[in-house]
Amino acid sequence: MKISYYPGCTLSTKAKGYDHSGRTVATALGMELVELPDWQCCGATFPLATDNSMALIAPTRVLYQAEQAGEQVAALCAICYHVLKRTQTALERDPAMRERINWFTEQEYGGRVRVVHLLELLRDHLGWDELARRVVRPLSGLRAAPYYGCLLLRPYDEIGLDNPEAPTVLHDLLRALRADPVDFPYSIECCGSYLTVKDPTVSETLSRDIVASARAAGAQVLVTACPLCQFNLDWPQRETAFGRTGDEIPVLYFTQLMAVALGLPEEDWGVEGMYTDPRPLLRKWAGGEDR
Amino acid sequence: MRTTISVAQLRSQFVRDVEEISGEDLLACNQCGKCSAGCPVAAAMDMLPSQVIRMAQLGLTEVLQSRTVWICASCLTCVARCPKGVDLPRLMEALREISLRAGAAEINLDQLPPDLVRELPQLAIVGGFRKYIK
Repeated sequence: MKISYYPGCTLSTKAKGYDHSGRTVATALGMELVELPDWQCCGATFPLATDNSMALIAPTRVLYQAEQAGEQVAALCAICYHVLKRTQTALERDPAMRERINWFTEQEYGGRVRVVHLLELLRDHLGWDELARRVVRPLSGLRAAPYYGCLLLRPYDEIGLDNPEAPTVLHDLLRALRADPVDFPYSIECCGSYLTVKDPTVSETLSRDIVASARAAGAQVLVTACPLCQFNLDWPQRETAFGRTGDEIPVLYFTQLMAVALGLPEEDWGVEGMYTDPRPLLRKWAGGEDR
Repeated sequence: MRTTISVAQLRSQFVRDVEEISGEDLLACNQCGKCSAGCPVAAAMDMLPSQVIRMAQLGLTEVLQSRTVWICASCLTCVARCPKGVDLPRLMEALREISLRAGAAEINLDQLPPDLVRELPQLAIVGGFRKYIK
């Protein structure tokens, strides 16, 4: 199956490893992610002011481009997914707004394209049982804390990916990879998002609480689908960070763990440049040595 | 401190602006406090989220001076839990917009720490600029 793919700004720059591991595991599972031929930034925030139709223009252009290419467009970045999916829903519910944006962009977005996250494709198209069958390096004994964050889940009415208060999609994915999902109370708590631009100390406090909670629950890694969560949780654990305690845990994208479990070579894990290097830990499962 | 609340304030242009920009009905909130109880950034706020709504309901424009509207990261936890279906992040956005449209800027681009800016993911910069400055 081929499916259109919208990488977004961050996956083309800071989070290249998420992009690479995502494309590679999708291909390995028979789902080829075909990058949209001509895309631009989605704006990174969904406008919450009802009179701010300007901010809907960028995501609508993306949806228009995707509509030319097919029925669905997949995203990996949780924020791109959130913005595109909410724009899709908003323009479905408000045809007058769609007409207004189309008039401005001089592009006829018809409102037919469906925005999906790779997690949805894995769950609904491939299925967890099939994924489990493709695992060649079971992550048995790896205690992984699924960190959902905010924008992948909320608001349910517009996103609808999973239960916003008790999500399971990352848990189910980890089980299919034979890892042990670790429940911890901060699984759906906010990491501070773009507060990190304005009040880094506030977002670092939130992030440290999340990481400490996962560690206290016995997690060896945190698993996320969002490049901003990944940064906010990993950055305060960097080598030069004030208050570093020496018991840092890697913050991984779900696609990176999938790459290990599917037996892909280390260069396809996409784990270079992370502040907490996960390779010493992951190699234990990739090589099948004692752990 | 004595606070005067008048009928004129309750029906002021400020209240109408907040409701128009947010698309929310301020009086739908019955002050149960569930938003404040679950807010992950409440500890960093000078006023609880439910208190921000209360002040806006009463037309008290001092609420625009509160740090709370800028600390809210639109994580939408309160939206998922509000028993009255109030979209509080939309109200916070309306309050931020009222300040930003009057010329306020919440970040100074020249004073962002360079070591952080070099490392920040692009979406944090784009999103932050959209939220904190016009």
